[in-house]
Amino acid sequence: MAAVDRHRVRTGLIWATLAGAMLSPVGLAAASPLLAWRDPVYVTGGFAGILAMSLLLLQPLLATGVLPGLSQAGARRVHRWVGGSLVGAVVVHVAALWITSPPDMIDALLLASPTPFSIWGVIAMWAVFAAATLAALRRRLRLRPTTWRAAHRTLATAVVITAVLHTMLIEGTMETLSKAALCALVIGAMAAALLTIRSRKRRAPQKRRPETTVPTEDAGG
Amino acid sequence: MPHRTFTRRSLLAAGSAGMATLGTGLLVPARAAGVAPTPTMRGGANNYLPGAPVVDRIGGGGFWMTGTVRRAGDGAPLAGQRIQIWAHTTEGHERDPHSHGATLTDANGVFRLEMPQIVPAFGQPHGHLAYDSGEFDTVFLRPVMPSSSDTSLEAHFVLQPL
Repeated sequence: MAAVDRHRVRTGLIWATLAGAMLSPVGLAAASPLLAWRDPVYVTGGFAGILAMSLLLLQPLLATGVLPGLSQAGARRVHRWVGGSLVGAVVVHVAALWITSPPDMIDALLLASPTPFSIWGVIAMWAVFAAATLAALRRRLRLRPTTWRAAHRTLATAVVITAVLHTMLIEGTMETLSKAALCALVIGAMAAALLTIRSRKRRAPQKRRPETTVPTEDAGG
Repeated sequence: MPHRTFTRRSLLAAGSAGMATLGTGLLVPARAAGVAPTPTMRGGANNYLPGAPVVDRIGGGGFWMTGTVRRAGDGAPLAGQRIQIWAHTTEGHERDPHSHGATLTDANGVFRLEMPQIVPAFGQPHGHLAYDSGEFDTVFLRPVMPSSSDTSLEAHFVLQPL
């Protein structure tokens, strides 16, 4: 009985911490004085970017199925939904900033911008689109599962690195500390996922698909 | 008796030494020019609206855009030059016509225009300036404020006569 309670408390704490890490940057940005001098389209564009950064934190955790209370299959399903939302957030981010200042967005997309963070942002965007396309066409592409995973993982790593560079170099509505903390968590989650995958591969070296042989953590919920 | 001034070896040596000297630019005739023209900055022309009117102040003011305009070569100050200024401020977006205004340089080639406080937009607190009156090459500048709490920003033009 006590063990079940402790387990529940632990699960609750992990999810509450995760929700806090994802929502506090959004909440603190909502208090930014810069918002007073931006029209709704520009504000929407900014928040779509912040939301995308928060969603990014979930992806490596869901991909490796380390979050309590979710089966491996459930985590995969949520991973796909979050991935789709991430693509949507990036599209809204780019479209709203295009409406706000077309020449600045065109410069960015042509990689001719005076600001390095725009170039990192555009690379992150293409990497997100590529990772999502790879996921959407998974069956049709008929890649070997190990090849597919390596490609998706490489793109995901590129997204994390470039999105963090993009975010950290921007002086915008995000509050400095919560921004740095979110970026550090995203990098930490990605690094942890890569290490987890590596150790799982080592544990099951003879199997062709090592990741699927790992017992699901807490299938009962 | 053949008297060869140049062997192939000495010709090659002298030739390549000559080319190298030309390459370094050591033989370029002395230019009276000391002051190089200011190049247009990347993104400088973004949200430019031609023909911003000369104004005493853009909006409510509180922030100063200052700078100088000089001639390329001799660096002589240029009086009466029209400089157009715009930015994302506490009173409007860059694209808004009321965020744009122009001013003229004084006898010392100095300009000073009061405008609303510039606030960070598109990731940086920055302003835009343009010279495009036709007498000199058009130049667009995009200076960035060292800190978004600054209440002034400088930009300097060295213009190339057409």
